[in-house]
Amino acid sequence: MFELLGVPPQVLLGQLLLGLINGSFYAVLSLGLAVIFGLLNIINFAHGALYMAGAFVAWMLLNYLGIGYWPALIVAPLIVGVFGVVIERTMLSRLYHLDHLYGLLLTFGLALIIQGLFRNYYGISGLPYQIPAVLSGGQNLGFMFLPNYRAWVVVASVLVCFATWFAIEKTRLGAYLRAATENPTLVGAFGVNVPLMVMLTYGFGVALAGFAGVLAAPIYSVNPTMGEQLIIVVFAVVVIGGMGSIMGAIVTGYMLGIVEGLTRVFYPEGSAVVIFVIMAIVLMIKPEGLFGRTA
Amino acid sequence: MAMTDKTKGEATGMPTLHKIIFGVLLVALIALPFFVYPVFAMKVMCFALFAAAFNLLLGFGGLLSFGHAAYFGGASYVAAHAAKVWGLTPELAVLCGAAAAGLLGFVIGSLAIRRQGIYFAMVTLAFAQMVYFTALQADFTGGEDGIQGVPRGDLFGLFSLSDNLALYFFVLAVTFGGILLLYRIVHSPFGQVLKAIRENEPRAISLGYNVNRYKLIVFTLSATMAGVAGATKSQVFQLASLTDVHWSMSGEVVLMTLLGGMGTIFGPLVGAGIIVTMQNYLATFGAWVTIIQGVIFVIGVLMFREGIVGVLARWFKRPL
Repeated sequence: MFELLGVPPQVLLGQLLLGLINGSFYAVLSLGLAVIFGLLNIINFAHGALYMAGAFVAWMLLNYLGIGYWPALIVAPLIVGVFGVVIERTMLSRLYHLDHLYGLLLTFGLALIIQGLFRNYYGISGLPYQIPAVLSGGQNLGFMFLPNYRAWVVVASVLVCFATWFAIEKTRLGAYLRAATENPTLVGAFGVNVPLMVMLTYGFGVALAGFAGVLAAPIYSVNPTMGEQLIIVVFAVVVIGGMGSIMGAIVTGYMLGIVEGLTRVFYPEGSAVVIFVIMAIVLMIKPEGLFGRTA
Repeated sequence: MAMTDKTKGEATGMPTLHKIIFGVLLVALIALPFFVYPVFAMKVMCFALFAAAFNLLLGFGGLLSFGHAAYFGGASYVAAHAAKVWGLTPELAVLCGAAAAGLLGFVIGSLAIRRQGIYFAMVTLAFAQMVYFTALQADFTGGEDGIQGVPRGDLFGLFSLSDNLALYFFVLAVTFGGILLLYRIVHSPFGQVLKAIRENEPRAISLGYNVNRYKLIVFTLSATMAGVAGATKSQVFQLASLTDVHWSMSGEVVLMTLLGGMGTIFGPLVGAGIIVTMQNYLATFGAWVTIIQGVIFVIGVLMFREGIVGVLARWFKRPL
């Protein structure tokens, strides 16, 4: 077997895969943030909490209603999305005329409430969620062992990211959306129901977070704190990528996941902070972000 | 953030009303330790200074930092280390903490001011998380345990602060002095330029002000004063822990300022008093504290954006 810089390939590839999985979550979450930011101009601080809620909804569907993984993959994001729509209608929509920072503060408060509620009822020890039978086990690729479920996470996230990108950049609905991002008043004047679109966009953005949560449930234990660390890293990802482009958010997410995985191989102590260091470097060299359009 | 600004007559020194309020406050604080548990009162004062320092940045500079725990907690680690390992006296330990926080604020601030608005908030939050991870992993911070058993030492090497009451008056002097200093900064020509930048940045630029330099200075000042608060807290509790650098601490200081009234003089003090008292009485309810804080956030943002002191100022038609 060949060795790279004294690192056995099993370790390297194993960490690369782990990085790719983390990257999948970064990509789906930062995509949701970017979609929401594009139209609503707010940063959804509750994104991490809603990701966690997605995992919990999947767990509840299984344990209270006997609904398995595959239906939950659709149903849980829908429930989270509907919850998002309620938030948008009852709260966020009152803040559009104000400074965008108020949206950040509001969603921060919501994140505290959601996390606190789940912590009260389910504790912080975490609940197990079984990998669906079809995806248990793994493939021996000769040089490493590839668990089926992890491969599925990567595939599913790529599919969802691609579908979202396609819907926004290539379809008629997406064109309305992009137009409303540029000038909501004018789009409204053409007879498009902009408030409805804003509502559904927020719902869709948080449904993406819920989807990521269901994907994560069998890998990490279902835990009320699973979203809070992640969301801050995703914020850094978003700053690095810039939220101007959908593709940018996706690519940056995967890329940084892989970089983080590589750091874990070559300099484990730095793996927790590498993304923040990259953010600092990007801020020095290209403050608007790698794919950003405006500062 | 757009805020109404009713401050008048800055050039002629402190308005009589403010003098009266500060005077009454000082008398009340001198009497306070004889009525309530001094450690609790000291905690409130540390957080009041922390919130006031934060308010300098948000309320007067218009910059929302979501990572002020980094300076508060970072300073508390440095001060605890200075007092315990280097054996420095309390006032020097606090100065060390404040200097470290100022330096950290300068470095992070110089990067963060490259972005505006919500990006600024995200950048500061992300860097604060980096500080958190550093505190978790570094050798001198003691990881999950933090730095425990910090000696209280002798002030100037002369007066022992091991007695709660003696320490109380040290903390009172530091925090009250800090708050007066912040008041002075807000009402200086520098503070006026700051408000101009907050209200209309392009116009301030066109008037020839180096906006980024002002932002960096106010960021560093705010971080330094937050550091004074955190360093003092570590001397009070004889402890520096991960709680002080955690993101939820950054959220708490935002909450205190929002609740009390952004851009008011006395709002952060009121907000800090309410939140710390609430945490004290609800401590046994665990996660409910988080939920109640979240609810206050939501209600505050939706219908109470002026904050308590902001509303009072509107009623009395006086800047408070």
